[in-house]
Amino acid sequence: MEQLTSLGVADACAGLADGRFSSLELTQSFLQRIEEVDGGLHAFLRTTPARALEAAAEADRLRVGGDDRPLLGVPLAIKDVLMTEGIETTAGSRILEGFVPPYTATAVEKLEAAGAIVLGKTNTDEFAMGSSTENSGYGVTRNPWDAGRVPGGSSGGSAAAVAADEAPAALGTDTGGSVRQPAALCGVVGLKPSYGRVSRYGLIAYGSSLDQIGPITKSVVDAALLLQAIAGEDPRDSTTLPACVPNYAAALSAEIAGMRIGIPQEYFVQGIQPEVEAAIRTAIEQFANLGAEIVPIQLPNTELALPVYYLVVTAEASANLARYDGIRFGLSVDGETIFDHFRQTRGAGFGPEVKRRIMLGTYALSAGYYDAYYLKAQQVRTLIRQEFEQAFTEVDVVLSPTSPTTAFRIGEKVDDPLAMILTDIFTTTANLCGLCGISIPCGFDGAGLPIGLQLLGPSLGEEAILRAAYAYEQSTEWHLRRPNL
Amino acid sequence: MKLTKDEVRHVAELARLQLSEAELEAYAGQLGQILTYAQQVQSVDTSDVPPTPQVLPLTNVLAEDSPRAGLSAAQAVDNAPDADDGYFRVVAVFDDTEP
Repeated sequence: MEQLTSLGVADACAGLADGRFSSLELTQSFLQRIEEVDGGLHAFLRTTPARALEAAAEADRLRVGGDDRPLLGVPLAIKDVLMTEGIETTAGSRILEGFVPPYTATAVEKLEAAGAIVLGKTNTDEFAMGSSTENSGYGVTRNPWDAGRVPGGSSGGSAAAVAADEAPAALGTDTGGSVRQPAALCGVVGLKPSYGRVSRYGLIAYGSSLDQIGPITKSVVDAALLLQAIAGEDPRDSTTLPACVPNYAAALSAEIAGMRIGIPQEYFVQGIQPEVEAAIRTAIEQFANLGAEIVPIQLPNTELALPVYYLVVTAEASANLARYDGIRFGLSVDGETIFDHFRQTRGAGFGPEVKRRIMLGTYALSAGYYDAYYLKAQQVRTLIRQEFEQAFTEVDVVLSPTSPTTAFRIGEKVDDPLAMILTDIFTTTANLCGLCGISIPCGFDGAGLPIGLQLLGPSLGEEAILRAAYAYEQSTEWHLRRPNL
Repeated sequence: MKLTKDEVRHVAELARLQLSEAELEAYAGQLGQILTYAQQVQSVDTSDVPPTPQVLPLTNVLAEDSPRAGLSAAQAVDNAPDADDGYFRVVAVFDDTEP
């Protein structure tokens, strides 16, 4: 029998449809794999074996009856910031320990409606605030390529689970790079859809104008398949775009001859690890060999994106996290007055990074500083958007590294918040401007750690970035390498 | 730039966060460092540039005003640390010494 846990979504679907294995066998294989390797990785906060096996058996029965939904019987891992009815959901925070949501996020509901099965919930930086998964209230996740290193973050659990063959694919969320950067650091594919493409209903809010849910997969085809299942307008999220959802898999068959790929000069100047830059340069040549037109472009406001991002995201976070008051759900620490109750609960329940970001956002929004920080950041955000709008009149996609370095060591940046922030330097612009982006494997450094390449497209430009990513993937073998565990 | 401990204490009060002396000390330095970095935005000329609070081309998205099932009272208080008969129980918010 083939090694079922090496399968991605498309291959699992094909095998199930051909009757080569059952969903029960497939799901059992992944649960077994998690049992074997997750002790050393901690990609999952919790698995749901009984529920998953029951759903798998049901999927097998339905298939016999002629059910041919696209993801029928395929188990998936879900980042723990997405609400799952009846399954504890913590967002990696102690303040939500024991919280069992009364409803399920639209994205997860749509996956289940397409036949998919929830295997379990994956680790994340607390409330998705971080770039290494070290900020989880439940312990760090380790990189499957090197257990001494971080998997990236905040969707580090999802990326590690996919890289370690603990799931065929996973959902993550991306507020400033949290799908793409861990995908890059774990050697898998991560897609951040355009803002408004996927419903945020049931996603525990962090930065509401930036958050977007996206797939983490073993191949570009799988990313297209999962996006297909989760995309679309949702009456429960008024920020979803009322645009029709194209057939993403169909976009993959096209060629990229003549596609214009923009290379922003500004993304190659600041302290990139030399091996990362070399891999990206080689990949650019590969795109040229495939017939793409390589176009140097300028994005002069690039260096402002990170400061703007940190002002905007922390301001939004400070408002969003006001709901954790110890009254309606979550941790509750008694105080003498209602304000003591709030202060004690929040002081005890939030971890250091979450407190830091709430403080920064509160400061930026407070009287006397609002104009100088928050309003100013929103104005510069407009300038960054205009710059990208201009760029996308000249090119179809923009290419850059996903992260300036490969996976760093656990503990290396925890005491230096600014150094941690700088790891998001290439990814935050997509969120600030509502763009779509994808990270795909494009090489390895001298230590054997994966390197990721990012392709950015305009709002609703998913077909273009998927097509470019697919063409590159099919002409290289980076995505086929798996870590030895 | 470094914030004073009093400034940090004030922001923590606004954010309803109980912080230890050690945390106040640490955040004074770290927030100052991040704010210094963020001050880059202030050097940009943004006269006549409108702010971007959100990126969508949508305004006033309206929903059909039709009744539909929501959570029951029991479901709504199911995760409450302290609930009574379908209600959330909270510490008294009114000070009865006031007239």
